[in-house]
Amino acid sequence: MGRIKTIARRSFLIGSAAILGGVAFGAYAVARELPNPLLKGLGPDEAALTPFVKITAEGITLIVPRADSGQGIASLQAYLIAEEMDVDPHTATLDPGQPDAVYHNGTVASDGLPFPLYDQSGVANAARATVQGLAKVMGLQITGGSSSTTDLHEKLRQAGASARETLKGAAALRSGISRAEMSTADGAVVLPDGTRIPYTDLAAEAAALDPIQDVPLRSPDQWRLLGKPMTRTDMVAKCTGAQVYGVDIRLPGMVFATVRRNPGIGGPVLGYDDTVAKGLPGVRTILAVKGGVAVIADNTWRAFQASDAIQIDWGVPDYPATSAEMWAMVEANHMEENRNSRLRNDGDVTEALGENAPITAEYRTPFLAHAGLEPVSATVIYTPERLDIWTATQVPQALRDKAAELSGVAPENVVLHVLHAGGSFGRRLDLDYVLPAIECAMALPDTPVQMTLSREEDMTHDFPRPIQMARCRGLVREGRIEALDLDTIGPSVTESWFGRLMSVPPGPDTLLVAGAYDQPYAIPHYRVSGYKTPLMVPVGSWRSPGSCSNAFFHDTFVDELIHAAGADPLAERLRLIDHEDSRRVITAVAEMCNWAGPAVGPGRGRGIAYVYAHGVPVAAVVEVATSDRGIRIEKVWVAADCGTVYDPVNAEAQLTGSMIFGLAHAMNCELTYADHAPIQTNFHSYEGMRMYQSPQIETRLLGQAAQVRGLGEPATAVAAPALGNAIFAATGQRLREMPFSNTVAFA
Amino acid sequence: MQLTVNGTSHDITVEEDMPLLWVLRDVLGITGPKYGCGIARCGACTVHVGGQAVRSCQLAVGDVVGEITTIEDVGAGVLHPVQAAWITHQVAQCGYCQSGQIMQAVDLLQRNAEPTDDDIDAAMSGNLCRCGTYPRIRAAIKSAATAMRSA
Repeated sequence: MGRIKTIARRSFLIGSAAILGGVAFGAYAVARELPNPLLKGLGPDEAALTPFVKITAEGITLIVPRADSGQGIASLQAYLIAEEMDVDPHTATLDPGQPDAVYHNGTVASDGLPFPLYDQSGVANAARATVQGLAKVMGLQITGGSSSTTDLHEKLRQAGASARETLKGAAALRSGISRAEMSTADGAVVLPDGTRIPYTDLAAEAAALDPIQDVPLRSPDQWRLLGKPMTRTDMVAKCTGAQVYGVDIRLPGMVFATVRRNPGIGGPVLGYDDTVAKGLPGVRTILAVKGGVAVIADNTWRAFQASDAIQIDWGVPDYPATSAEMWAMVEANHMEENRNSRLRNDGDVTEALGENAPITAEYRTPFLAHAGLEPVSATVIYTPERLDIWTATQVPQALRDKAAELSGVAPENVVLHVLHAGGSFGRRLDLDYVLPAIECAMALPDTPVQMTLSREEDMTHDFPRPIQMARCRGLVREGRIEALDLDTIGPSVTESWFGRLMSVPPGPDTLLVAGAYDQPYAIPHYRVSGYKTPLMVPVGSWRSPGSCSNAFFHDTFVDELIHAAGADPLAERLRLIDHEDSRRVITAVAEMCNWAGPAVGPGRGRGIAYVYAHGVPVAAVVEVATSDRGIRIEKVWVAADCGTVYDPVNAEAQLTGSMIFGLAHAMNCELTYADHAPIQTNFHSYEGMRMYQSPQIETRLLGQAAQVRGLGEPATAVAAPALGNAIFAATGQRLREMPFSNTVAFA
Repeated sequence: MQLTVNGTSHDITVEEDMPLLWVLRDVLGITGPKYGCGIARCGACTVHVGGQAVRSCQLAVGDVVGEITTIEDVGAGVLHPVQAAWITHQVAQCGYCQSGQIMQAVDLLQRNAEPTDDDIDAAMSGNLCRCGTYPRIRAAIKSAATAMRSA
């Protein structure tokens, strides 16, 4: 019965998606080739051979539309084009471009469908194609969900190949030699006699041609750049202080601003007194902006000082004041009428577990700030005719539209200068830090205004990862897991974020249950249900959204059941997982660490965890040691399979970094609320991991999975359960709430 | 007030309690040193004053004694061996903390030519990296130490 219900729900959903994608917009809109935005405003001797390649007499520009927040995607996008185009990604200019439908992200949209990504059935893939068409029609341009590589790798290689062949075509016309006899190397077409014609010399002639398309891509054995260790295009700048982040923009006549908004998010400003602040050095203007008060001064520090000196009377927002009240709200809303999805329902859990399941457990995860090291900022020049914005954003299309709406400037006259972010982790999917800067700039037309949030303001006004809890019930029999029932309960990121930026999509909220419903376990009686509570604090996507809580609940409960069954935690996971790529990563991690069970001597323990997140199976073993100063994370082994690895050096960095990110927050990070606002607003109370705590980490990427997927997030999801399971192995203490530092000490 | 930054002398007029970080960034336009926390808990603002690593967000400009060196000139016009090691090891991810990490590592290697893991932990634990580049920072410091000893 359960399965039939599940299928019926999916069919309904696909039906609705098809209506949206096919009928409302028309099949033509989905299938047609989108116009090349670079063709607008081209000079006479300039060529835009594809939406990703622009050539002038001065040089080559590669358009890299996905935002770089440290994951290295700007560089990788350039390398993907460069491989086919035979240019040096380090000498080309990289430009994020302006938001445009041609840069839409279909993958991030289709990944949200209620099908685990290992489900490659015809039904699932048809639904994905439909939703990708919808994303194209909507021009949905987002960086997120570890989707950039998946979405763009073939498009960018094709763009490079098309540009190369078109340039060869131009050289053929000029020389009278056929295109087939030409080759290309180092940014030039090479004639049979060895004569080199630089691409920049061919710009004007290539611009006159119809781009040559559908060029076969080079096979991996022909790659010169891809699949080999790369030097990131941003590396030298980032090691010499030359990288320009949002806070580093310096323009002639620029003024510096900051804003303080109601610490109770969304609450009103009842009044304010700026008498003292107005008289402080360097203060130019103090003005009310939406939800707060902004100061414009002649430097950032003076703006901060003046902002602190304003007495503001805040009104009360419409959510509970304290963490305790918010948790009570979550508990109270675990009820049938709030059930949003039951996307996993195998066997008969009700029958198998009855009223009183033999094993039960409850887990909780806290609110978490993104806290990228660069506090969020934006620099804006406003005139009634044109709006220029310098900032780091993952949602340029939404930014352009909201900026146009706020300023009254036509969307096509909003010019974005998208910069590298000093960290994001999902923070820059929101626009709260840009809009008040626009308000300030509108008060001072023609003057560049840079608005920087203080660290405290950034964390207070973050859209945190929500609190979430799980109630789990299970049964083991004859050394095996027989039944697992997981209810996950919390506020919905989907509802909150889409509500802020666009409109909430129909269908089950897959983010609410990601990391739990989509795990390829063949447990005989197996059910995962998602319960939506009221929203309370506005929340956002935080590195491995959904999975960052649910993988902890799911994998830890699997570990508890295996322990109760008396089985080996690695062998029993392997037995239960019905997915070849996943079995391989578990086998690999076992081999890497010479797995011989969780016990590794007195005061030590090993925990294994496995999760399938963002289309990547990832398994990790963490080894901890106890000491009189506390628990020390000594060693981590992690194996994953993201399919083809384009850059093994950066892939290792992403796997390692996302593992450390997950361990750090599991150890000691949380936002708790008093008076409607987070208590933790800076790094003294939101520590994360430091050098002395950083373990040795060994990684392995198997490169065997059929789908090419991104690596920015999956290891974050697997970190917490692996650490918790290791602490259980070392101490016998089962940690069911993050951060673990509330229960145990870390050395 | 006179300040010498990266070998250039500047005459500035600001209140004495303005942190050096903001004088560098917003008055002089030297943006390599970063604002991360403002309370000396992240190390992104680390510069050298009189040859020693300091947190410029907590040093009032009126208290500065000695010449200031920032990431822009730590290699005196060429790549410092620590920067070169950072590039070889592809350390940076978002890169925002790395100016401070490099300035702290240069300070460590000036005092200790052959740091152990414990020495690295002690010197570098005040520099927060949210991306988790610590394993590569450790490896790069060791490479740089070797390179500097044989130079």
